[in-house]
Order: sequence, then structure tokens, then C-alpha cells
Amino acid sequence: MSLKDELTQIRDEGLEQISHTDDLKELNDIRVHLLGKKGPITTALRSIKELPVEERPGVGSYANEIRDDLTNGLTARKEQLEDAKLEAQLESEQIDVTLPAAPVVQGQPHVIQQIIDEVVDLFLGMGYQVLTGPEVEEEKYNFEMMNLPKDHPARDMQDTFYITNDILMRTQTSPMQARTLEKHNFEEGPLKMISPGIVYRRDTDDPTHSHQFHQIEGLVIDKNITMADLKGTLVTMTHEIFGDKFDIRLRPSFFPFTEPSVEVDVTCFNCMGKGCDVCKHTGWIEVLGAGMVHPNVLNMAGVDSETYGGFAFGLGPDRFAMLKYGVDDIRDFYLDDVRFLNQFVKRGI
Amino acid sequence: MKLSYKWVKEYLDLNIPAKDLAEKIERTAVEVDSVVTPSDSLKKIVVGKVLSMENHPDSDHLHVCQVDVGEEEPLQIVCGAPNVAEDQKVIVALPGSRIGGNVKIKRSKMRGVVSNGMICGLDEIGISKDLVPKEWADGIYVFEDDAKIGDDVYSYLGLDDPVIDLDVTPNRGDMLSVMGSLHELAAIYDKPLTIEQPKVEEAGSAIENDIQAEADPTLAPVYKLRVVKGVTVKPSPAWLQVRLWTSGIRPINNIVDVTNYILLKYGQPLHAFDRGKINGNIKVRTATEGETIVTLDEEERELKDTDIVIADNDKPIAIAGVMGGLNSEIDDDTTDVAIESAIFDSIKIRKTARRLVLHSEASQRFERGINYDTVQDAVDEAAALMVELGGGTVDKGTVSASDTERELPVVNTSSSRINKVLGTNLTSDEIQAIFNRLGFDSKQSGDEFVVTIPARRWDISIPADLNEEIARIYGYDNLPATLPTGRTAVGALTARQKRERALRHSLEGLGLTQAISYSLTTAEKAKMYMTRDSFETKLSFPMTQDHAALRMNLMSGLVDDVAYNKAHKVSDVALYEFGRVFFKDDADQVRPSEVAHVAAVLTGNFTDRNWDQKAKPVDFYLVKGIVDHLISNLGILGQVTYVANSDIKEMHPGRTADILIGGKKVGFVGQVHPKIQKQFKINDTYGFELDFDLLDHLPQVESQYQSISKYPAVTRDIAVEVNDEVTNTAIEDIISKRGGAYLKSIELFDVYNGDNIADGRKSMAYSLTFNNPNDTLKDEEVNETFEKIKKHLTDELSAEIR
Repeated sequence: MSLKDELTQIRDEGLEQISHTDDLKELNDIRVHLLGKKGPITTALRSIKELPVEERPGVGSYANEIRDDLTNGLTARKEQLEDAKLEAQLESEQIDVTLPAAPVVQGQPHVIQQIIDEVVDLFLGMGYQVLTGPEVEEEKYNFEMMNLPKDHPARDMQDTFYITNDILMRTQTSPMQARTLEKHNFEEGPLKMISPGIVYRRDTDDPTHSHQFHQIEGLVIDKNITMADLKGTLVTMTHEIFGDKFDIRLRPSFFPFTEPSVEVDVTCFNCMGKGCDVCKHTGWIEVLGAGMVHPNVLNMAGVDSETYGGFAFGLGPDRFAMLKYGVDDIRDFYLDDVRFLNQFVKRGI
Repeated sequence: MKLSYKWVKEYLDLNIPAKDLAEKIERTAVEVDSVVTPSDSLKKIVVGKVLSMENHPDSDHLHVCQVDVGEEEPLQIVCGAPNVAEDQKVIVALPGSRIGGNVKIKRSKMRGVVSNGMICGLDEIGISKDLVPKEWADGIYVFEDDAKIGDDVYSYLGLDDPVIDLDVTPNRGDMLSVMGSLHELAAIYDKPLTIEQPKVEEAGSAIENDIQAEADPTLAPVYKLRVVKGVTVKPSPAWLQVRLWTSGIRPINNIVDVTNYILLKYGQPLHAFDRGKINGNIKVRTATEGETIVTLDEEERELKDTDIVIADNDKPIAIAGVMGGLNSEIDDDTTDVAIESAIFDSIKIRKTARRLVLHSEASQRFERGINYDTVQDAVDEAAALMVELGGGTVDKGTVSASDTERELPVVNTSSSRINKVLGTNLTSDEIQAIFNRLGFDSKQSGDEFVVTIPARRWDISIPADLNEEIARIYGYDNLPATLPTGRTAVGALTARQKRERALRHSLEGLGLTQAISYSLTTAEKAKMYMTRDSFETKLSFPMTQDHAALRMNLMSGLVDDVAYNKAHKVSDVALYEFGRVFFKDDADQVRPSEVAHVAAVLTGNFTDRNWDQKAKPVDFYLVKGIVDHLISNLGILGQVTYVANSDIKEMHPGRTADILIGGKKVGFVGQVHPKIQKQFKINDTYGFELDFDLLDHLPQVESQYQSISKYPAVTRDIAVEVNDEVTNTAIEDIISKRGGAYLKSIELFDVYNGDNIADGRKSMAYSLTFNNPNDTLKDEEVNETFEKIKKHLTDELSAEIR
């Protein structure tokens, strides 16, 4: 048999072997056997020197061709076998993805806290600072400086927990108006503040009353603040907190510390303004009180009401939460029933 | 204030549906609680005439009546009312009708006799029992003779009159009257309003001969009396009764009804005394301390020297502005009436009414203000009306014991000022037009206005008040919506506020849900779980003992939460609260300091049992881990250590530790005392409480970045056998003290006290990691340090190194 025929036979037999093995290790053995130093190709190439000189290049290049064929065959088979092996592994690793997840713990902010944070963030973006004040307040700030002198009938509107004659549990966050007005240096810029906190009323707890609840006070004072600015600010807030579909209306009201005073109604959540039992068929729900700061409040705090003026508003996060989520008993916010609290999942930040 | 739309329409030409009117009032003046037209919920109720009446064959109180209801045949109706009689015109609910309480009336049989409907009393067709006059209280109602048979009854009884219930704010006392509301509506709708001065014919003798009165003008700035003699007391005619019950006042008799009618119309409370029961003359004075009077409600009232009374020569006959006395009451035999029309000190009236819990229609109006302009008109019209309804004559003249003149306020403002506050561009003419609508006299010169406020609007005295008048009549809906312009301000959270948020977010990430509990609690709970000494702060008049003192800890509220959840079958709880506690350093301190605390409670399983893993129950070390993470997340500088503390009464003495940072105590962590757990009926509960104000003041880590060492770390394990009472901290302290500069971490990975360890001993295995950031550590260096550690552990703790 000529050397060339011999090489052809090596290739054909080799490729046959390669195609018949199913095992990567065996494939490697075949590779070593065929292409190794002691393999038939090496042996064949060594015997080239025994050929006549003129035949040598032809056979030599043929031998290389054979080797390439075998190498390609080995590589292709190897890939085939590896793919098959991986496939088998994946098959065996298959799990039931519908089995329940492993427990991961995650707490939630209180729903009222969520509302407060949302309102606070909104006003931070509008250049307000956040200030907090004492819950145990002096009568002076809670009433007197808010234009509620002793014997003012409006004091009846907010029955008070007293500690002494002059010290009380604040009935509103409004004393923060007086406290900040006293301190603010108007030469440094306008006063724009928001003040969330807990307030207390001498009320018997029932589904719509709680002796403890939250308020957020807002105050803007500068030289050219108008009631239209108040309206625009409240519209912005309503759209941000409740959505663009919600409208507001202002109604005259009375607070001793603002003049004019308004109550602010928002489109009823339940019927979107059509009229239903929730809104007593008016299409509106009262959500906050506001007004232009009374000159007496400014003057008492040492701010010249001829030069400066502005607006204030106060809203109740408890009421917001009740309206937004349809909670019908305010006491639920303070019982801390885990099943209640965990429903208010905070969405994003 | 229940405002009758029919009454309004007698003066104002308004053709607006009641609901729209109410909406307009709400947007422009005061809140409206409801608009109710009673006949809207009634059907097929007509005037009928009882033609004949027979006794029911099987009943001793039922009557079988034949009633003409304007149809071809009379209806047979069985009626049980004691006052039913032939020839009466009565209220008939026809078969198929709907009466009060949404009750449907059908043809039926009563004890075997067919009854084609029902003869009704007033309360049966929706008039509140409290408002039905005495004469109609126990039976059916009988119409005056002019009622037309077959007509719907509604207009005769005022049931077709839309009643608008106004929720009047404290400043708008003027709207607690028909007159005040008329002025408001005239302004809102820009309608002319003419009100005629009442005329009274004075046919009697001069009043001075009948009665005299004196009044201290500080108690009663205005005090007037008129006398009517020779009246007959009897029920009022239907028109007056209807007007009163429509407005929510029960008719009594013609004299009392007139006073109430005038109160509604003018907002001027009147009081009618039986002149014959007054001994001598009248004096308005303060009561003497302890003086008593039996009021019209037959209650004896003890008076204080701050109450104002109306007295005759020897006794009080009324508590001024609040309620009359029984001793001078109008009764059926009264013939001579003294009518009081006055203005009393509003603060004194308010205090008396509050103390005696006697809030009457009268006191409510005296508290909110009275129109000085109509004190005389009111008493004039009352006197004339009493004569019209009860006969008799009015004495000549009025007794004026006091008659303080009140100057009308004059307010200066300007268009530019109004526009600057409202953000509008109203012209001076537009503004003046609004003043005109309100009936305010205004003098305009260029931009400036001088406005005189009528007496009926005592709530207005400064320019800001006029801003409100302009804004609401112009319409809040018409105001533009803008945002503040001009100088800007930066809105940013303070460092502390950011840290508060970081704290909350961190705890939520660690699996705790935020709770908010009550700051006011029981005196006992207020002082549980104390982290420092403090005097307590109590309310002076708590409503209940449950909320009587200010909390000095957050734990007790959270433990209450655990108990609440447990009682509702929720046994896995992980809650935190961030809130204030209230401390006093000495007993005389009036205002407590408010300190922010953060606390948590955990009970039951932290994570639930699952198909491939066991439940993880809460234990001390889990809660300690949360505390560690929390402090680390806050970036506080200083080493955190835990020192066993058995002194907090409400905490488990063997499972509680003080938390120290850099040696400073910031709170505690541990298990609630088993006896407290038992008392609150809760399972094992762990928790911690930290002083956030302290945490906030501790130095913060400036930068948490350190370059990662390029050189390999070396780890060596060591097992230390020690006596049981030797703490982990004691061992770690020695290791870290002797570990040299390259000791980077100590990790306890095993605690063992089983086989091969003597009783009272335990084996603690630690993994120590060494690293030199600048060079590769040599074995010899580590060995040397390691030997040193072993030696000190052995010497100082009698440890055996294994």
C-alpha cells in the first residue's frame, strides 16, 4: 500500500472512530492516539524520507491535509458531545419554578408616614424647609399668638388637654407659624416652611375622632405673596398627591389666624365628582384649611404686616390617608394591627 | 341655622333650585349641612274631612270613619286617635301613599273592618316628635277650616319648603337669622332687598307707670322692655306654628312663639315674662355666689357671681341670655307680658352656658353677636304680633335701661392693596360694585376706599376682612392659580432629618414595620422601661385614665401593639416606632423636654416556615443583630458594646443588655420580663429602645472608604475553653488587645459545651484574620502574635487553648 493510501486509510478509520464515540474522555484518547507523537500520522510522516525526493512534497502536504481533517473532526465531535452533556445537565437541574419563594423580610413605613413624606418631598422641591416643634406647647404659641385670645369662642372648637394653665398638648401645628415667624430673618429670603407633627384634642376616640392625630402646617411669607399663589400651591399639591384628575374648590371659612380663611375641597374620590353618599352628594370632600395670614399673627410675632404677608395652610394626613385608601375608622392608624399596616406597601421612592 | 326657603322668597326674588342655592351659599358664605324638602319622600297624603264616625264593633278605642278626600266616594278609614271627631279636616294617607320613615300605607283590615288608608298625626308624616306642638302631640292633626279637601297637605304644613341647614362659622353670627341671611343672599345674587320697619300701635298707658328697669351697661350694653297687657294665651295660628317647626323650634303658645319667631327673623333673642309674676321692677345684675334659680326646664341651677341674671325686687327671674326662670314663665292665665330685647356681654353668656351645659338658641346668638340696629325693631314687631295673635294693648314707649351707642367701624383700603393680596386685577369700579352689593357704604377717591361697615356685620373691622368680602363675592373660583414668585429659597432636609429618614428606611429594610402608638398613656405605662430618671408629666384633666400621662418610653406602646395583635391571633410581629418621649429633670419643671426615641418589638417567627426551610424564631441575638446593623447604617463612629443589665424592672434580668457606643449608653436591648409577658398575655417578646437624640449627637464616620489591601490576609482559628461565666466580650477584648496592628477581625464561629468539655466549661472557637496593608505577612509575625494571645488568654481567663 502506498504511503498516500495508508494516510487515507488512517483518516477514514480515524473519522469512523471519532463519530462512534460518545465519551469526551474516549475522544481525547482518540486524539492522542491519532495525532500524538507515537500516532500513525507521525509515523507516516517519518517514513516520508524513505520516498523519492520528487514525491516527498506531494505526500507531505497530503499528510497535513489528513491531519487537518482529523483535527476538525475531533473539534466538531467535541463540541457536539459537550453540548449534549450540558443539555443533560440542564435537564437534570430543572426545578419547579412555581414552588413558593423563600421568605424575605421587608418592613413598611406607616401609611401616615408615607403621606407625610410624600407631602414633605413635594414641598422640599418647591423650596420649603421642614421644621418641627414641641408637642407640649405654651398656650401663648398655641392660642394667643395665633390670634385666639382667652375667651375666644373658637377655642371651643378645639378642646384642649392642659398640663398646667399655661402648658398644653398642642391642638394644632399652627403654633409653628408663630415660632418660625419670630425667628425668621426676612433679609435672608422669604419664609417657606412646612411642619408635620402630632397634635392632640380632648376628644373621645370613635371612628371619626381621635385624641391624637397628625397635621402638616405650611407657611409662606414674603413681600408679594397672593391668595392666587395659595390656590396655585394647593392645586399643585392636589395633583401631586391625588392625581391630575382631581380638582379643588375654595370655600369661605373661619380660622382666627387667617383672613380670608378658606376650606379646601377636593373632587370626591368615590364618585369623581358625580355625587355619592361619601361626599353627601356634593361631589366634593373637604381636605384642608387655609388662608392669608392674619395681620395680628404677623404683628404679634414681630413681623411688619404692612410689608410682609402670605399664606398658611394646614392639612390632616390621617384624613388624607382615610380618603385615599378608604379607611373608615381613624383608630385603625393607632392600633398597629400588623395585618392593617402591611397593606400599605410603599411604592418606590 | 335652619333657613326656610319660602321665608327667604317672601323678601327676595330668587328662582333658583334649592340645591343650587345651597351650593352657592357654600361657595360664597358658610357651609351647608343639608338641604331637605320633606315632601320629596312623601306621597299621596291629602286633606280629608271626617264626615261621620262610628265606634269599631270589636274595639273600645278604634273608630270607623267615613272620610271625604275629594273623590267621588268617601273612604272608610279606621282611626285610633283619641281626638278624632266628625267635621274635622285631617291628614289622610291614601292607599298606596308613603308617609314618614318611608312607610307605605296599603288598604288593610283592622280587627275585621276595612281601612282604606290612615288618618295621621304630625309625627307620622315626618315631623320630628320634638317639634310637634303639645295640642297635637297625642293624636291626629286638625287643619284650620280653610284647608281644601283633596289638596296635598304639604304646603299647609310647610313640608314642601326646602330647608337649608347652615353651619355658621363663629365669625358669621349675622347669618343666624333670616334677616342676616337675606342680606347675604342679596349680595351674592346682586338683588335689591327692602325690609320694612315694623309698626306698633301703642294703645295702652305709659310704660313707666307699669315697670322700670336698671342695667349695668357692661353687663347689658342694651336692655329694652316693652309691655303688652290684656293678652289671651293660646296656641298660635297654623302659619306661625308651621314656620317654627320648619325652622326646628317647637311651637308652645302664641306669646312664646312670637319671641321665637322674632329670634329667627332678626337673630335677636327675646324673653317674655309674665308681668304679674314680677315683683316690682327689673334689675340686670350679676348673681350672688350660690344664689339659685329654677329654670324653665324645671332644673334648679346654682349661680356664680360671674353669671348675669335678670332679677325683680327680691329674686332672679331669668339667667340672662341663657334661659328664663320658671317663676316668671308665661302660662295659660298670663294676661300682661313684659318683653325683653337686649344685648348681653357675650363672654359672660358663653361661660355661663358652658358651665350649666345650657346651649340654647338664645345663648348661641348672644355668644356670636347681636345686631345693634334691630334691638328696637325686634321688640316692636314682637309687641305688635302678640296683640295681633292674642289681643290686648301695647304700653306706650319702651323702657331703655341701657342703650349703648355703637360707632360704625370705618375701614380704609385701596384697590391696589386688595389686588396685591388676592392676586387679582380688579378695577376700583368692580370693587365698589361688590361693596354696594354687600350694602357697605364706600367712598372712592382714585385708588383709595373709605368703607363704613353696617352694624349687622360686626365681624368686619380691618382691611383684611374686606379682602375676604371682595374675594368671596368675586368668587374663589375666579381667582387665578399661580405659584409664589420673587426671591427663591432652598428646600432641603437638615442633616438630622436625613438621618431620621435613614433610620426609618434602615429599620424597614431590616424587616420592621413602622408603628405609631399613643403618646398619652396610663400613668403606669408611662414610666415602664425607663432608660433614665425622670419625673412624670400628667394631664390636669384627662378624659380617661388610659390617656392620662405622657409616655417616657416607646416600648410600652409597642408591647400594647403586640398584645393587640396577639388578641387578634397574629403572633408574628416585628414593629418599630420613631417618636417622642417626655422627660422632666425635676418636679417643678413645667414643660418636659421632648426626646426622640426609636424602639422595636419582635415576637413569634421572624421568617415563616417554608417548604424547604424552617421558621426562624425571634431571639435575643436576632434583635441584637438588628441593633448592630441599624447603628452601622447610621454611620456612627465608636465601638458598639453590650453590657448585661438586670435593673430594668420590665425586662428579663438575664436577657437584657445596655447598648453602649464608645462607652456612652444609648439604650437597651433584650427580652420583655416573663411576668410582664404574662400580664399582657403575649408570647416571648424581644425589643430595644434607643435615644435618637444621643445617636444624632455622636460623631459620624467621615468617610467609610478604605483602600482594599493588595496583600493576602492570613486566617488562624483558635478554640478557647473557659469557665461558663466568661463572656465573649472578655475573650474578644483580650484577643483584640494583644492582636497587634494587623489583626483585622475576630469572628466567633462556634460555642460548644457537649462531650469532652467539663461541666461548667465551654469551648469558644474564633477565626482571626490578619492583614498588613503594606506588605505580605510572614508566618513568623503571625505566629508571634498568636502565641501572645494564647498566653494572655491562659493567664487572664484560665483558658485552655485547644
